[in-house]
Amino acid sequence: MDTINIKIDNKNFQVPKGTTILDAAKSVGIKIPTLCYMHLHDLNVTHKPTGCRICVVEVEGRKNLVPACATECMPGMVIKNQSIRVLNSRKTVLELILSDHPAECLICPKSGDCDLQNMAQEMGIRHYYYKGEQSTYIKDRSAAIKRDMDKCIGCKRCLTMCNDVQTVGALSSINRGFMSVVSPAFQMDLAESVCTYCGQCVAVCPTAALTEIDHTKTVIRHLADPSKTVIVQTAPAVRAALGEEFGYDPGTLVTGKMTAALKDLGFDYVFDTDFAADLTIMEEGAELLDRLTRHLNGDPTVKLPLLTSCCPGWVSFFEHHFPDMKDIPSTARSPQQMFGSIAKTYLADKLGIKRKDLVVVSIMPCLAKKYECSREEFATDGNPDVDFVLSTRELARLIKQAGIDFNSLEHADFDNPMGESSGAAVIFGTTGGVIEAAVRTAYEVFTNQKLHKVDFEQLRGMEWIRESTIDFNGTPIKIGIAHGLGNARKLLEEIRAGKSQYHAIEIMACPGGCIGGGGQPLHHGDSNILLARQKALYSEDKSKVIRKSHENPSIKKLYSEFLGSPMSEKAHKLLHTHYFDKSNNVEITKN
Amino acid sequence: MSSKYKKSLLVCNGSSCQKAMNIDLVQHINDKLKEYGLDNEINAILSVCFNKCSIGPNIIVHPDNVEYSTVTKDDIDDIIIEHLLNNRIVDRLVYNEINEISGTSKKQYRIVLRNCGFIDPENIEDYIELKGYDALAKCLTEYTPVETIQEIIKSGLRGRGGGGFSTGLKWEITSKSEADQKYVVCNADEGDPGAFMDRSVLEGDPHSVIEAMAICGYAIGANKGIVYIRAEYPLAIKRLKIAIDQAREYGLIGKKIFGTDFNFEIELKYGAGAFVCGEETALIQSMEGLRGEPTLKPPFPSVSGYLGKPTNVNNVETFANIPAIINKGSEWFSSIGTEKSKGTKVFALAGKINNVGLIEVPMGTTLREVIYDIGGGIVNDKKFKAAQTGGPSGGCLTEKDLDLPIDFDSLSAAGSMMGSGGMIIMDEDDCMVAMARFYLEFTVEESCGKCAPCRIGNKRLHEMLIKLCDDKGTLEDIDLLRNLSVVVKDTSLCGLGQTSPNPILSTMKNFYDEYHAHVVDHKCPSGQCTSFLKYYIDREHCIGCLVCARNCPTNAIFGEKKKLHIINHEICIKCGICMDKCKFDAVYLN
Repeated sequence: MDTINIKIDNKNFQVPKGTTILDAAKSVGIKIPTLCYMHLHDLNVTHKPTGCRICVVEVEGRKNLVPACATECMPGMVIKNQSIRVLNSRKTVLELILSDHPAECLICPKSGDCDLQNMAQEMGIRHYYYKGEQSTYIKDRSAAIKRDMDKCIGCKRCLTMCNDVQTVGALSSINRGFMSVVSPAFQMDLAESVCTYCGQCVAVCPTAALTEIDHTKTVIRHLADPSKTVIVQTAPAVRAALGEEFGYDPGTLVTGKMTAALKDLGFDYVFDTDFAADLTIMEEGAELLDRLTRHLNGDPTVKLPLLTSCCPGWVSFFEHHFPDMKDIPSTARSPQQMFGSIAKTYLADKLGIKRKDLVVVSIMPCLAKKYECSREEFATDGNPDVDFVLSTRELARLIKQAGIDFNSLEHADFDNPMGESSGAAVIFGTTGGVIEAAVRTAYEVFTNQKLHKVDFEQLRGMEWIRESTIDFNGTPIKIGIAHGLGNARKLLEEIRAGKSQYHAIEIMACPGGCIGGGGQPLHHGDSNILLARQKALYSEDKSKVIRKSHENPSIKKLYSEFLGSPMSEKAHKLLHTHYFDKSNNVEITKN
Repeated sequence: MSSKYKKSLLVCNGSSCQKAMNIDLVQHINDKLKEYGLDNEINAILSVCFNKCSIGPNIIVHPDNVEYSTVTKDDIDDIIIEHLLNNRIVDRLVYNEINEISGTSKKQYRIVLRNCGFIDPENIEDYIELKGYDALAKCLTEYTPVETIQEIIKSGLRGRGGGGFSTGLKWEITSKSEADQKYVVCNADEGDPGAFMDRSVLEGDPHSVIEAMAICGYAIGANKGIVYIRAEYPLAIKRLKIAIDQAREYGLIGKKIFGTDFNFEIELKYGAGAFVCGEETALIQSMEGLRGEPTLKPPFPSVSGYLGKPTNVNNVETFANIPAIINKGSEWFSSIGTEKSKGTKVFALAGKINNVGLIEVPMGTTLREVIYDIGGGIVNDKKFKAAQTGGPSGGCLTEKDLDLPIDFDSLSAAGSMMGSGGMIIMDEDDCMVAMARFYLEFTVEESCGKCAPCRIGNKRLHEMLIKLCDDKGTLEDIDLLRNLSVVVKDTSLCGLGQTSPNPILSTMKNFYDEYHAHVVDHKCPSGQCTSFLKYYIDREHCIGCLVCARNCPTNAIFGEKKKLHIINHEICIKCGICMDKCKFDAVYLN
């Protein structure tokens, strides 16, 4: 590798050619503060609009200060990171940003986890020198995301996620100068836009401009209501990330503590979404085998590839952008909704309580789940199958508010009958996991042979688009995997053009799958955190005795007692759904 | 004039001449000519600014070279009957006096505006007759691309859009960038308040720009040219379109120009009138259909520009110089001007000066010559105070700079800049703090909002200046103003923010006493900031009639009948009703 010599604050360094000043400084242990900059290296996402001007440094021979994040090191470059000119500029620019930011840290949902607040602390801001008008905008609340653009600092990370990574295109910059702000087109509400609620904008927002709709208060109210039986389900990706909110290293599994905490919070039953994930595999796997068998038998009407449908962000995405292909995805509901549907029928019967007295709460790594549970097709007589969704972050808040000492909790187990799950269900939380779980079951059902090696390493990883061919005892099955909606778009366009060779494709809206969901503890641009969470899920899978969904005894019991068989009429009614064409859903109603 | 018409009435296209009458003057004259049956021999065309805005509307009868000023609708009949039919000059409309005093044309030298007003811009034959497209032919048949670039480098031409970068070097860099496709872009997004030289060139001599773009295309290896023009210039757009069509018809653009292998096409792209889109990277973003926001340089457009391809961006005035340089040679061009600034510069004179409008002078002309010889001096013979050059990005020149030869470097050294050539003259009645406030208001309006220092910093600067002008400023504000100005300049992403505090820094440097007076003495020395004025009642004149006190909406006036009244300035809201109501002129402002 070619290296060049540079000087930072009078010290000589050798750095690789083509490095930015920021990376060069980082590699030699010099910290340059950044605000708008974002780099998710394992996902190959770089965002450096050079808008915040916090990372400016002095370069000898340049008239103005330059942004370190986007300026390439040149041979012999002399850089000053600590001069009075640099320090004063950074501080003044930060003071400017603060002068247009509501000073309500004490009651802000992002307090303690806010990049702007941290930077103000680091830079020792103690006084508002620059005072003046603040830009204010109408607040926007959708089913999942709250926009309070008064708190936007114009970093535009959300634009990179929404437009470049996800290719959703719900957000763009509007207005000029002081009133320029990120918004859906024509200042529509998010709910009227093509937003999929994937929440990636929320996941990268440095302040509280974009946050989740907080349901903790409502859940507390229901927990306190003696006439209600409140049950909770927890998604697989939550257990691999919740610990971060309590000081554990990323990737620490806190399944037992989480369960204990939920019981302490007063939930009547603590169940596992993993149970429903196994159920999903039974239904989706059966659907795949049905289509596959018909396809291999020469039925020309059969639609392949089968696309997974557990991710509500992804479902919204194809409803908005690819409505012509809405008959390709599996009709199986997501695990969250299967859980709700079974809980409010099978479980309610078992417990002997009325549907309306049973409250189903989900703990999800996801914000789109908040929207999913509010979809009309997932309600009976106006009563939703899942009543409330809390994100991983909200659960952490709830635990803190209740005064529970999370770190000293003893492990507790999930309740039955909806708490038992296989290893296949656990890996639903990472990209590649759903399809691996499906393959484990589909293989055995299709070939009638036992699968000896259940780990399909070829389906794992963090590359945006992956593909693999699995030998189903002589029949090659082509599998595709995409995470991030921009990559889903690529695969969908291949299918639309008739170029797709796949039999089945797994799609997850968020980078990394649910472990990188919009409701997870903030990664602050460190993609190593996602890798650690992913590793944790695979290790939990490995530690399980049962690792195939169809071997889950509770699932077997559910079919024998209640559903009959996969794809039965009852299963269709309770566990499957249909999709809508939302391409014309965008109406301009505001002036 | 080569057209079919024997005579032409050239109507000044300056904004004030155009706005002076509520009618389309050109259309009106042409209608009149038709009435008199003269429409086959004589026509009226919209020309260039004649630099006499204060006595407009102005009309020149060509080729008689008689100039009529303050022309009204009814004067047209007189001009037609007397001048055109009977060859008698309408003396009452000729403002000899001003012409003699100002000698406007003597110190001027026209390269950029050489054809403006003298040819019919909608007739390519006119342009061709005046050696039009000779330069393109010369380049294509006699020069290699490298020689063409060398000729421009040798001429010493520097970009007239503001930065003053060597045009030839820019061409050379773009020519050396390897790519399958390159672009020539003409920046016609003229945005400085009051500047309209680019519009004048495009309206008066569009072919000079088309020819220059084709020459540039040949030199750098581009076969596509794009004019980025603001949609608020409908006449310029119309004439450009006509000119492009005619040039294509004559084979002067299109395929195999002059029988060579060189192909060149030009298209127009319209801007929505954002000042920041005059910045070349923002301009390119806008051309690509994106939000007009600047991007970090490097990479420069010469390396990666429109659609990621090497793109040479020059402004209209720069291009208008090119055919003249090729035709007359780089030596000729470099003989005009100063050591490092060659050729001429077009300025838009405005403010407290007798002859406002467009002028073109050789580089190195002094400010004194511009103001007193060409501009006819300060209005009402007041005292000259300052000249703001470079528009909202520039700074002010003062009395000590009057004999400064104006060029790129001398202006920079004096703390100002050439910019695109706006020049606003201020006299003793102008407050420099209020002037800075005016420019910051413009910048706040035009900032794109991408980078924090420009988005918020300019807003805060503007707010502080308002505070100062409203008699609410403190010494601390002046310190903050200075610090913030320096930081905004130092940290902003593009040229807009990097120069927007210049009006503040430059007035602080030259007129610090005025800032000081605003906050310490609570006075505006020029009297322009009315917040400092207070109403007083004159002891001599007040008869104690109580009328003012009764009418005061805030009960700020105290006094008994037949005794002197007094205004309480703590309560007074300066509405002025007392002054209006007083029949004895006892209320005065100070």
